[in-house]
Amino acid sequence: MATNLLSPRLPDDADAVIRVRGLRNQFGDQVVHDNLDLDVRRGEILGVVGGSGTGKSVLMRSIIGLQMPAAGHIEVLGTDAMNLAPEAAKDLRRRWGVLFQEGALFSSLTVAENIEVPMREFLDLPDALMDELAGFKVAMVGLPHDAGPKFPSQLSGGMKKRAGLARALSLDPQLLFLDEPTAGLDPISAAGFDELIKVLKQTLGFTVFLITHDLDTLHAICDRVAVLADGKVLAVGTIAELLTFDHPWVREYFTGPRGRAATESVGRAAESTALHMEEG
Amino acid sequence: MGVASFEETTGPGDIRRLMVRGRLTIANINEVVAPIRAIPPSGSALAIDLSGIERIDTSGAWLIHRLVSDWTAAGTAVTVENASDDATKLIAEVAANDVPVAIRPPPENIALLRLERIGRSIISATDDIGSFLAFLGHTMVVLGQTVIGRRPLRWNALIHQCEAIGVNALGIVGVLLFLVGLVVAQQGAVQLRAFGAEVFVVNLIGRSTARELGVLLTAIMVAGRSSSAFAAQIGSMKLNEEIDAMSIIGMSAIEVLVIPRVLGMALMMLLLGFFGVTMAILGGGLFCWVSLSIPPISFVQRLQEVTPMSDLVIGMIKAPVFGLIIAMMGCFQGTQVRGNAESVGTHTTKAVVQSIFLVIVLDAFFAVFFSALGYN
Repeated sequence: MATNLLSPRLPDDADAVIRVRGLRNQFGDQVVHDNLDLDVRRGEILGVVGGSGTGKSVLMRSIIGLQMPAAGHIEVLGTDAMNLAPEAAKDLRRRWGVLFQEGALFSSLTVAENIEVPMREFLDLPDALMDELAGFKVAMVGLPHDAGPKFPSQLSGGMKKRAGLARALSLDPQLLFLDEPTAGLDPISAAGFDELIKVLKQTLGFTVFLITHDLDTLHAICDRVAVLADGKVLAVGTIAELLTFDHPWVREYFTGPRGRAATESVGRAAESTALHMEEG
Repeated sequence: MGVASFEETTGPGDIRRLMVRGRLTIANINEVVAPIRAIPPSGSALAIDLSGIERIDTSGAWLIHRLVSDWTAAGTAVTVENASDDATKLIAEVAANDVPVAIRPPPENIALLRLERIGRSIISATDDIGSFLAFLGHTMVVLGQTVIGRRPLRWNALIHQCEAIGVNALGIVGVLLFLVGLVVAQQGAVQLRAFGAEVFVVNLIGRSTARELGVLLTAIMVAGRSSSAFAAQIGSMKLNEEIDAMSIIGMSAIEVLVIPRVLGMALMMLLLGFFGVTMAILGGGLFCWVSLSIPPISFVQRLQEVTPMSDLVIGMIKAPVFGLIIAMMGCFQGTQVRGNAESVGTHTTKAVVQSIFLVIVLDAFFAVFFSALGYN
């Protein structure tokens, strides 16, 4: 089968960390996904966009095993994620991190204890070492130095997400799932969070599966964007490639007022960087 | 053989060399951390050779970084050799984030902590009593206004609550009280048989269930079912900012949420109490018929003779009062929910425990009160 430019499938020999084939999800009579295909390349940040109710979160939940699909095949990090023995499932879960929309921090534990939960669950490390590791993770995700002993209820929305990210990064995952990481954040915090993910991805070298509505996030950090509509992944490509894609929702999404504004601001930023470089 | 290992050598000129091999990742780090850190810093220079590293993650980078900074602090010149690009990048990243960070709350004096906790719980208990009285007063005012017609009564909500509190509880209350009647009769019969006075079982059933057990057990059952439901419903509405939305629109939460529940509960407790007493008597009567061969007709006749009407009336006076207190405690605990989902759980538990507690205290109060009035 010929793979065209915007196909959701990568060539079979491509290095894909997630491979979804023929996925079908339905709740009662309502079909969310039908024959959905998607590949995520190793080391990329893949943005997943789509209107409300197109099943972006359901897709993520299917991949991480929280939602049993009606049909289809899902392969994550080279293992069949749908038919796993308990031990293999546990092993697979060690290798990915998930940041839920509201952070999903354990409310009865402090931030530091939250970060240490995966370490306690999977490994047998001395407390002092876990504290050290949790300590630099607190600093790495940009939480203030006194955030460790605080409880989630004492944190702002942005700090909760940063703490959730620190927990997701606790075991140095190869694959990171982010469900609308910038939703509900002010633009400055959102831009800061984008930057953080970009920097961490560059240094730690993980792959990111990122669900978002935020056009600025797409422009700022995503290597490729997957568009979800009509129960399928319609197209995957860079934003420039997707602009050529002829589908009413895609066109409206990227060239609507907000889409244009985001494109222009990226253009301006690129210009000013170019300017600075010329000056320098 | 371990997947992470190291080898330490001392070369000429007191230059030490640390060769680290294998996978320096969080899964294996524990094998090397303690022994590497146990090496006392000494010598003029240390070279850390990372050429044997297969894989490294932030925890491995952290180990190397700390080694560098600890030995440097001890006066040894440290160099990291043969690090891959990834390793260099990771070590730089963790080094940039090596800042003093608080992990645990500072330890406190246990005795002081204990004292503080006692103090806090006394203050919060007093606060609770105060706010409950305020809530009680507020509800009474709104109830009064509703009764004299200055506020609308939400009939739909009231009917819905009556169904939830009363109709849906018929099954469980019925079975429970039927069994209690049966057990009281059976246990009574065993004791009274010793005196050949088995027929007094009827007195026992009639008087104990109509005046005390029927209503009290119904109230406890209803407190467990509905008081918790009220607290959880109102509490989650509060978390969801629905209560705030109501007050912004100009609706009084007391009028919309509390009054239908309180009135519904008072009314339903009256009916459920009566139903409960009836079921208990039925259970007792069945036992008398089957086991003591007292036919139903004699049972009813004797019941009429020995159970004064006042017993049933007292029971039926108590029932709506219990209902009021159960409903108010449930709603009050709902309004006290703050912050997170855990708080809903805490207050739901409190609603059940405190409403049952209050019901029993009130029952004792009623017992003294009615005896003083001469109803024995």
